[in-house]
This record gives sequence, C-alpha cells and structure tokens, in this order.
Amino acid sequence: MIRFDGVTKQFPDGTVAVDDLSLTAPTGKITVLVGPSGCGKTTSLRMVNRMIEPTRGSISLDGQDTGRMDQAELRRGIGYVIQHAGLFPHRTVLDNIGTVPRLLGWDRTKTRDRSRELLERVGLDPHLGDRYPAQLSGGQQQRVGVARALAADPPVMLMDEPFSAVDPIVRDQLQDEFLRLQDELGKTIVFVTHDIDEAIKLGDQVAVLRVGGVLAQVAEPSYLLAHPADDFVADFVGRDRGYRALQFQATPRLPLRSERTVVLGERPDSDAGWLLVVDDDRHPLGWVEPRRIGGRAVEDADLHRGGTVARADGTLRGALDAALSSPARRGVVVDDSGALVGTVLAHEVLSAIEDTDRPERDEDDPVHGGAVAVAADEA
Amino acid sequence: MDWLAANWRTVLDLGLSHLYLAGVPLLVGLALSLPLGWAAKRWRGSYPAVVTSTGLLYTIPSLALFVIMPLVLGTKILDPVNVVVAMTIYTVALLARTVADGLLSVPDHVEQAATAMGYRGLRRLFGVELPLAVPVIAAGLRVAAVSNVSIVSIASVVGVSQLGNLLVDGYRRIIWGELLTGIVATMLLALVLDLVIVAVSRGLTPWRAAAGARS
Repeated sequence: MIRFDGVTKQFPDGTVAVDDLSLTAPTGKITVLVGPSGCGKTTSLRMVNRMIEPTRGSISLDGQDTGRMDQAELRRGIGYVIQHAGLFPHRTVLDNIGTVPRLLGWDRTKTRDRSRELLERVGLDPHLGDRYPAQLSGGQQQRVGVARALAADPPVMLMDEPFSAVDPIVRDQLQDEFLRLQDELGKTIVFVTHDIDEAIKLGDQVAVLRVGGVLAQVAEPSYLLAHPADDFVADFVGRDRGYRALQFQATPRLPLRSERTVVLGERPDSDAGWLLVVDDDRHPLGWVEPRRIGGRAVEDADLHRGGTVARADGTLRGALDAALSSPARRGVVVDDSGALVGTVLAHEVLSAIEDTDRPERDEDDPVHGGAVAVAADEA
Repeated sequence: MDWLAANWRTVLDLGLSHLYLAGVPLLVGLALSLPLGWAAKRWRGSYPAVVTSTGLLYTIPSLALFVIMPLVLGTKILDPVNVVVAMTIYTVALLARTVADGLLSVPDHVEQAATAMGYRGLRRLFGVELPLAVPVIAAGLRVAAVSNVSIVSIASVVGVSQLGNLLVDGYRRIIWGELLTGIVATMLLALVLDLVIVAVSRGLTPWRAAAGARS
C-alpha cells in the first residue's frame, strides 16, 4: 500500500505542482492518476521513489516513511516504466532487463535466466534478447521497459505514460497484455496518464487531478463515470461517459433468440434477410445475404464481417455494441468458448440497461468513493 | 628518397619519441579531463568556469609553455617531461569541455531511467553516462591527437628530440629530402593516431553500428 499524506510540492520558482494530496494506492491494485498537463500527476508519481522530494507531507510504503529510506535502495525496490521506455541504448535487450538485478548484486547467470524469462513473459521473441534497443519497434521497446521494471520482482510499480508513444492499435494490445500480466502478478501499481479512456480501462481506482495538483475525485472507474464530483471531472471524463460506463456493467440475462445458421460451402436454404455463417464449432464468422449470392454455396468472400461479438458473461457495452454493429441488427452473443449462443436486439439491451442500477457511493468511505467497493469485490 | 633510405633508423627513433610526447599527454589529459568534465556537468553552475578556464590554457603559446615548465616543475631544461606536461595541459584544454559536453549529451530519458533504477555515483558514471558519451569524447580526442602531434614539433626548439628535428635541421641545411620526410612522417603519425581512436571508439560502441544497420 502506498499512502500520500498531505503531500505538497512547490518548486523553487513558486509553482505549486501538487497541493495537499492525500491518497491511498491499495496493495495489488492499479491506481491511475489522470488529469490535464500541469496537474502534477508525474510529479506525484516521482515523489514515490523520491526522484522529486515533497515540500510538505509524507509518503509511506506499507507504513514505512519513504523519506527515511536510502534513495537508491528505495528505487531498486520499485519498478519504474517511463514514457518512450527510456532503455539504455548501449545495452542489449537482455542486459537492459537485467539492470536492477545486477545493481542488487545478483550474479550474471541468475540475472540472465531471469531476463530471458521476462522477455518471454512480456511476449517478445527470445532472439530479440541480443539486439540493441534501437533495433526494436516502439511497441517492443515499451515491452522491454515493462520487463526491466519487473526484473527484480518489486511489489510496487510506477508507470509514467508507458503506452502513450505508440500507435493506437499497439497501445490497445499493450494495455490488454498489461492487464493480463497484472492478473498474474498482482503488483501495487501507480499509473500516470493524460488519457481518460486508458485510465478507465486500466484502473481499479482512478484519481482525477486538476491543474495546480489538487485532487478532484478518486473512485473506481464505473463510479467516476456515473457520478462525477464536479463540472471539472464531468468535463474531463468526457461526452460518451454514459455509453462507456456500460463496460463496467455485467450483462444480465438477455432474451436471446436462436439464429438460423449456415456453414461455409453450404447452400442457404432460404432467401430471406441475413443469415449467420458459423464454422464447424459454431463459432460465428460473419453474415451473408442469401439473395445476393443467388442460390450458390456460401464462400469466404461473401462474408460481411462488420459486426462485433459479445460474450454472454461480458459487459452491457459489449452486448449493445454487438447489436448496433451487426448488419442484421441482431447482436451475436457467444459463450466462453466463442460458440454461438443466440442473438439480441438493441432495444432488448436497452431495456436491460434501464433495469440496472447505476453504481452507488459506498457511504462508509466518502473520501475514496468506490475504491472500497473494489476491495469488496475481491473478497 | 635517398635521404630517407640513409636515415630511416633516425626517423624511426624520432617518430617513436614523437608518438610518446604526443600520445602519453593524450591519455593523461583524458584521465584528468574526466573529473573536470564530470564536475562541470554535476554542478551545472561550474560549467562556464571549467570550460572557459581550461579553454584559455590553449591560448598560451607553446614555446612559452615549454620554456616555463622547468621553472614550474623544477626539472632540467632539456627534460622531455617538460614537453609531456605542457602537452597534457593542451589536451586538458581541449578535452575538459568535450567530456562535459559528452556527458551532457546523454538523453534525458536515459538519465531519468538510470535514477529510477537506483544508479548512483561511479557506477552510474561508468555504467551509463560515460559509455554513452564515448562518441562525443572520441570526436574531441581526435582533434586533440592531431593538435598534439602538430604542436610537439616545436619542442625541437627547446632541445627535445622528435620529428620536428627533421624540419628544423632540414630547413637550416636546406635538405629537401629531410624536410619532406619530416612533414610526411608527422602527417602519417597524426593519421595513425586518428585511426586508432576511431577504431577504439567503434569497439566501445557496438550499439551505434547496430542502430545504423536497422532497416
């Protein structure tokens, strides 16, 4: 657990970057600091490992005041991922990953083994280990940055906009893999971003900061979207928040209808409307319009692939999106294995949405809003 | 050519002492410039003072410096140490700034990463900063090497033997072969030192070649 206790940072020129910040980042959870530039989010992050010293207040790690710890020792115990990865250009990928273990005095072989293991863990080909950072793509460098931060298995990780310098598709991948990794590792993470979508996707808890380093609101993402504390937060979380909030709402039982299907290479048995094409395991492949193909067998090229697929145990956002994106206007719903369960119409999803409650404040902890609810979910 | 054929042993001896008089100060000067350059980076306020004061040393006329040295060091007037020390001063004059600039050329995000990983002190200097400063330092070293080889010639005037002797003697006695040999040998020596520095620098920075090879 990382605790900010009345932390203020005033720079020598008089600028107040962080103003009386009190915040707890719970153990094993991702706490995202988000806000516009000048809101002090990076300054707050860097005060945790004392790259910046607070002017007032204190920060503690599991109850230990970081101000009393040796700086270098403290830092070696905290994984740090920076924007643009910040890899050492003169060291190979494996040597970069092994940086902190070597500083901690691990021997060469053990460091090397650990570095190899991590290279694989972050989804990189082992043969990249002997390359130099300049020989990698931006996304690969960022993965190496994450591997380097994990190398000595620190319980705490600080991440400063780690995914902002890569293109959107790669960013999405990196975020998904990061969440998968966090599921396995359960680190205590403080993550800084200016991107509210990223904050909502990754955070167990999101802290919104405003310019001047004042904490505007801290809550779990769904609560933040449903109940912005003030105009600034409402503005910052953005326009589509009603729709985006659906991604935190589990799908209730939807009135699924069964769908007529056809397999590739088969002749459709009717001419009416849209037919769903599935493979032998009943995994949906796409839609066809039988009257367009004129009675011959369905080929791969006939498939209309515009529709997204929702999981029966997924979120309401997924279900609504499946319905809205389907050319047949019927959203495809699948089970865990990806096999077709049935289809659902947009208005049916909407009435399901009308029947669900918005996330409510946990009255026991007015400061942290929904943060406690996260912990409760775990128990 | 006839002159060289008859005197190649002398030329070789003079060449070796030229290499010694120019080369040793290069290494000693580099070693002295490292802490100076590091200090100029560490305490940013001292950068102008360090760079200016060392740079000014280069403006002292070499002949004057050679003559003053015995007075300062208490050495004999013909002692080669006088030349070695004087040349070291010139090397520092050129390299202190280069080392400071080299260390300052390390990208900011790399410095931050080094701090965040828990690097400090000498380990940080030798593990991260210096290796990345090698290209800039090597560039400065090449200038210093050529400059040293050229200035050392003047030491003939104070009686310390090296390739400059061929120029002085050849000029006085008007022996064209000797003059030409002196010029060519000096240039060759400068070229060899330059190539050695380039090779060592390449050897220390395999990552640069790798970066360049990226398609």
